Amino acid sequence: MSLTHPFKSTDGKDAHATAFPKDGPPPIIVKNLTMAYGNYVLMRDLNFTVNHGDIFIIMGGSGSGKSTLLRHMLGLIEPAKGEVWYGNFNFTKGELLQREEMLRHFGVLYQSGALWSSMTLAENVGLPLGEFTDLSEEEIHEVASLKLALVGLKGFEGYYPSQISGGMQKRAGLARAIALDPEILFFDEPSAGLDPISSRLLDDLILELRDNLGATVVVVTHELASIFAIGNNSVFLDAESKTMIAHGDPKDLLAHCTDPRVRTFLTRGGEDAEKEKSARNHG
Amino acid sequence: MQAQKQTQRNNEITFARADKSTLVVRLAGDWHLRHGLPSPDSVEKELDKEPKPTRLTFDAADLHDWDSGLLTFLIGISEICHKRKLPADWAPLPEGVRSLIQLAEAVPEKTGARAEVSHTSFIEELGREAISYAQGLDDFLRFLGEVAIAFTKLAVGKARFRRVDLMMVIQDCGASAFGIVTLVTFLVGVILAFMGAVQLQQFGAAIYVADLVGIAMSRDMGAMMTAIIMAGRTGAAFAAQLGSMKVTQEIDALTTMGVSPLEFLVLPRVLALFLMIPLLCVYADCMGVLGGAFVGVTMLHVTLGTYIRETIHAVTLGDILGGVFKASIYGIIIAVAGCLRGFQCGNSSSAVGDAATEAVVTGVVYVIVACGMFAFIFNVLGI
Repeated sequence: MSLTHPFKSTDGKDAHATAFPKDGPPPIIVKNLTMAYGNYVLMRDLNFTVNHGDIFIIMGGSGSGKSTLLRHMLGLIEPAKGEVWYGNFNFTKGELLQREEMLRHFGVLYQSGALWSSMTLAENVGLPLGEFTDLSEEEIHEVASLKLALVGLKGFEGYYPSQISGGMQKRAGLARAIALDPEILFFDEPSAGLDPISSRLLDDLILELRDNLGATVVVVTHELASIFAIGNNSVFLDAESKTMIAHGDPKDLLAHCTDPRVRTFLTRGGEDAEKEKSARNHG
Repeated sequence: MQAQKQTQRNNEITFARADKSTLVVRLAGDWHLRHGLPSPDSVEKELDKEPKPTRLTFDAADLHDWDSGLLTFLIGISEICHKRKLPADWAPLPEGVRSLIQLAEAVPEKTGARAEVSHTSFIEELGREAISYAQGLDDFLRFLGEVAIAFTKLAVGKARFRRVDLMMVIQDCGASAFGIVTLVTFLVGVILAFMGAVQLQQFGAAIYVADLVGIAMSRDMGAMMTAIIMAGRTGAAFAAQLGSMKVTQEIDALTTMGVSPLEFLVLPRVLALFLMIPLLCVYADCMGVLGGAFVGVTMLHVTLGTYIRETIHAVTLGDILGGVFKASIYGIIIAVAGCLRGFQCGNSSSAVGDAATEAVVTGVVYVIVACGMFAFIFNVLGI
């Protein structure tokens, strides 16, 4: 399988080449993906497409395999069956070097921030810049400061991850994720462990990054407020049936989806609770 | 939980028949966990009695205090009823009890969720352990191969890691280890000298303690003792560091950035230990000889000059270089074992501890195996 997107280099120096031209195929296509641990199938036959500029939500109950799907999409786990395509590139079956090149077009914010604890925030953000650009030390520091300022951490360049709060760690992780101006941003439970205000600010930041960087965003979350505030496309994973049972704009799903499992989730069990209450009153 | 303050009585259960087909379970007294849990088997026995009841109900008129003990007992009865398809009337029970039982049974048990208890024979267990060890060796060799490829990339200048990380690991497994290496190898020298002295003094050959200690330290003991110290100190630290990084997804972050964790994290550690362990080994040899000299001077009344001259006379450059070569290999084994266990670490804090323990065990076992192989090979080659 060969890369047909306009990568220029094999040494990773050209991190800004567009891998996903707007007139090209969708940036992410998941085809017949089956996730399994040994003989235990977690999810089967997942099929969905993420379009340019989407904020795509992977949602579902706890233990439904949302984060596992993200890890499959990032190549951290090999699928039992099926493929993940990025543009014209079959990421699942691609050569290691080509996969590494593709990864340079991604930015990932992990649930815990995943900052390297032995490095300062500036070093964390600067590492990908040092690895994949020809910038001087001074320039890297300047860019790192800019990225930290974008997430509201101006002046924290010299701090170590252990010296800042959980929310700040998450924002620093986001600064690192956008260090190379990625074309696809992945977020694993960005709101987890954050207070409602920080969570809302992070949502606003995601929207701004999508609008200003022109990035496509994939978010794993079960926070309803975030889902409706930022998502314009989604997939719903159901642990019982071990597959996706809904796909589309979360607001449309709320308005039109008739599947009780999706409705219960999107209304926080509200409709069922109402019905039960009403039945009790009548009884 | 519901509480009616009355004189405390232990839980009581009696049975009656409302009619031929209805079994009444009478619950009385205080039902607390601290009083123990009656078995629902008594209900099952009662249900087996003729005429067999087709319905079950409760009488809770004399029920006083209750807690999870009563609920556990009732859930047991509920399961029996489900199994026998026997209708049960829960209405006579207090409302709190009914609500909690309803809550406990709201979500049915997930099919396949319960872990299967398998009973394996000793032979099967032995076979599994053997396969597991073989798999462990396979993993080690595979990882060693990947490290070798990374070293090849390093040789052609394509490996990517931070030089500052290498320097920090060098300091950590070099200079910072001087204290423990000094203490242990000095004492090893003392012990060797004592053991030799007991025999050699009988023949008036006490001076040959210097030969014994010098050769033993330079050929094997210096390298091996350094390796064992480093396996316990540095190998475990490598596993714990990488294991923690795995738990906090720092390794995933490197991977998804297109940076090889093997080059970025493993290479500096293996390189540092490969470079520092030979130096520590030479230092350990010297400390061992000093330990022997301490015994020679203080107990065997050999002068320090004579002891040193005898050591120089006995130990050849080949002995020292052989020891240094062995130490380098041990260094690679320890670093690879530590990093491998760190990479294999699970996703919990206790898994980090397990990884550190595994790293020490693997490192020490493989070092001893390598030591045995070296002894055989050196003997065959006449070195």
